[in-house]
Amino acid sequence: MTGQPFPVEAGHIMLFARAIGDESPAYRGEAAFAPPTFTMASAHYDPEYHLRPKPGQEWFGSGGGPGAMPEGGGGLHAEQHFEYHRPVRAGETLYAHTVPGRSWEKQGRTGRLLFSERVTEYRDADGERVVSAVTVAVVPEGPATPKDTR
Amino acid sequence: MSLSTDDIKVGETRESVLVDDLKRTRIVQYAGASGDFNPLHSDERFAVEAAGYPGVFAHGMLTMGMTGRVLTDWVGPEALLRFGVRFKAQVWPGDTLTATATVESFEDTLDGPVAHFSVRTVNQHGVEVVTGTAAALLEP
Repeated sequence: MTGQPFPVEAGHIMLFARAIGDESPAYRGEAAFAPPTFTMASAHYDPEYHLRPKPGQEWFGSGGGPGAMPEGGGGLHAEQHFEYHRPVRAGETLYAHTVPGRSWEKQGRTGRLLFSERVTEYRDADGERVVSAVTVAVVPEGPATPKDTR
Repeated sequence: MSLSTDDIKVGETRESVLVDDLKRTRIVQYAGASGDFNPLHSDERFAVEAAGYPGVFAHGMLTMGMTGRVLTDWVGPEALLRFGVRFKAQVWPGDTLTATATVESFEDTLDGPVAHFSVRTVNQHGVEVVTGTAAALLEP
């Protein structure tokens, strides 16, 4: 199979289920089901994933100072969609392949909003589709600093 | 666990309190589990001084992950065919979130009956933070 290997491990499912506050027994044990949003955690297996600090590379979070917003870093997650071709279970390896999807723009209250999709297919060792995921990101054009919306 | 069309009806709803007084620690826990270490979600100093937010806020995917429970507790994790959401507002530490799933319709497919749901999660002020839809395969 081609694509980024994503070993679906029972311990990882347990940690993920705890993080989303779900104590269902379905998510425990060697043959645990994976929760519906679990495939997002394939980020751990992407060597290039940009939202993980890496040794020897600059990280944009705070240290001695507050850090700095990276170029184009004002983006937010606008939508997320999953299609399940079959359930995901501990003990298998999925292979993630991501391609860019559609992109479009909309006029927001404070300027143009640029939307873009990333489409990830998770296939199993036989090449069969298991989960299809679409991430929609939105980046506001212009000043990235948001207003106090709290 | 599998539901049949006899078990649920159009218009039926399930409500679930997903989290009460969300702690920053939970957001950190999700960062570790998901691998998304964007400092917007865990690094208060970065979020305020570098990014201009009032503070750290939850990953949208944490809210979606928590919201999924109202569906999987009902139909089982193995029955879901689709789950999609739009992130409508940010979730802040201290928020209490309640999710509601509603059966909107049934559809006969070659694989069996499918239930279509709408889902929404609101905060303690009644503001929608996530809205979406889902579908699940039922027992014939």
